[in-house]
Amino acid sequence: MNGWILAIVQTSLLLLCAPLLTGWVKWIKCKLQSRQGAPPWQPYRDLFKLFKKEVVLAESASPIFRVAPYIVFGVTVLAGSVVPMFAIGLPTAAIADVIVLVGFFALGRFFLALAGMDVGTAFGGMGSSREMTISSLAEPAMLMAVFTLAMTVHSTNLASMTRYLLEQPLQLYPSFVFSAMGLLLVAVAETGRIPIDNPATHLELTMVHEAMILEYTGRHLALMEWGAMLKLMIYGMLLGDIFFPWGIADSFAPLPLLIGFLSLFLKLFLLGLSLAIMETGLAKMRFFRVPQYLGLAFILCLLGMLSHVILEIN
Amino acid sequence: MSYAQLSLMEQLILTLSAMILLTSFLLLAQSRIISLINTFASQGFLLFLGTCLIAQSSGRYHLYISAGMTLALKVFFVPWLLRRLVRRLDIRRDVENVGGPSMIMIAGGALVLFSYYVALPIRELSDLATRNTIAISLAVILLGMLMMITRRKAVAQVVGFMSMENGLFFAAVVSTYGMPMVVELGIAFDVLVAAVLFGIFFFQIRAGIGSLDVDHLNRLHEVDR
Repeated sequence: MNGWILAIVQTSLLLLCAPLLTGWVKWIKCKLQSRQGAPPWQPYRDLFKLFKKEVVLAESASPIFRVAPYIVFGVTVLAGSVVPMFAIGLPTAAIADVIVLVGFFALGRFFLALAGMDVGTAFGGMGSSREMTISSLAEPAMLMAVFTLAMTVHSTNLASMTRYLLEQPLQLYPSFVFSAMGLLLVAVAETGRIPIDNPATHLELTMVHEAMILEYTGRHLALMEWGAMLKLMIYGMLLGDIFFPWGIADSFAPLPLLIGFLSLFLKLFLLGLSLAIMETGLAKMRFFRVPQYLGLAFILCLLGMLSHVILEIN
Repeated sequence: MSYAQLSLMEQLILTLSAMILLTSFLLLAQSRIISLINTFASQGFLLFLGTCLIAQSSGRYHLYISAGMTLALKVFFVPWLLRRLVRRLDIRRDVENVGGPSMIMIAGGALVLFSYYVALPIRELSDLATRNTIAISLAVILLGMLMMITRRKAVAQVVGFMSMENGLFFAAVVSTYGMPMVVELGIAFDVLVAAVLFGIFFFQIRAGIGSLDVDHLNRLHEVDR
């Protein structure tokens, strides 16, 4: 019972903290580019404003267009509840393993792409086609990395993966080094950050995610954007859980929970900082170079798998 | 002995060997000649680090001499020579490949698997902690060979040849903790002479056929005319 309450608390904290992470990255980016920048809590104001506004629907919009935001947001929240945030051993972790998590993201993306094409504008269709191209290349790499990790820790369940890594003394696995690099590249592509997609622009010919949600207004738009913020946070937590599991609480006592929360805060703080530095330093890639980028991610994950087989199994 | 029982130093050596394999793949994928040479230099540097760590963990201090020669030759001298040649020959354009980049990558992955199966019985003969890396060093050799096959330009082929030599050196270090000093000095001298000779050869090829694209060597001038 205790666990379920904690799981609900954790998921609502995830919902509450996700805009802060996005705002933090934006704020650091502005500071790095010598701009004043909106305060880190600006996304809360944006969401609040959007929820108050009325919804304007295109005449050609079908019911899919109207239900898509709820499905995308709901699936993302469900995915977020599976990923350990500051404690492992929560009952929600048993709902799904990493493969299902990848499936949740695919389901959300499917409806996002449908919604992009639904109204029939050129931008939406273009965005959907691009999103599907990117994800069809990113997903095999991600699954390959997940399988490599699962072979090392003998489980595909995220909570037991983290627990296994915590219980071991410090080990340096070559396969983890490669999977970390590959997953990082995949995470950047999937969350639509800079070398692949620019989250800061509207009405630009190269946009991907923004092109799909261009027709949305009011609370629909708010849900879509909140979903994207959640996705960034989930990928951050995922990378933290697998590659830097230290600090996460393995019991439900108050002190470990506090330590878990603080360590999560620190990890995401550093992740946001490095993401902002990377985004400032890099230029957006030409779309036709994205397959090369994701090919590199796939090769890294493949090398992770191969080095696991060659080096780590006796 | 399972992987988790190795010491952190040995795990670091294995990780470095995997990074060397990664640089081999990067060499295959690199499309600009200057970044190709830089990647080659970084492979040499990883090799230097790996050799130093093996020397430290196994207590064979003569390996430091080999590591020092690797640092001097493959990280500084050969890349410097190649960079100078590229500047003097003015070939900073993209490197051309035979076959598509993804095909080459898939072939590279297949070569790694192949060398793993070839090295499986060899692995049983050794009881060093680094015995698993024999397959990796074999893969580095084969990837260097693949690079020589797939590149059209002579400079890129020379980089492939040198990275094959890196693989051979690494194989010697990880399987038997290095060759006798005389042999290693001889090989180092060979690399040095080869690098200088290749430089002279580039100028000869370009004077002869007006390009460094070795495909032109397939045709005879008399037949063409």
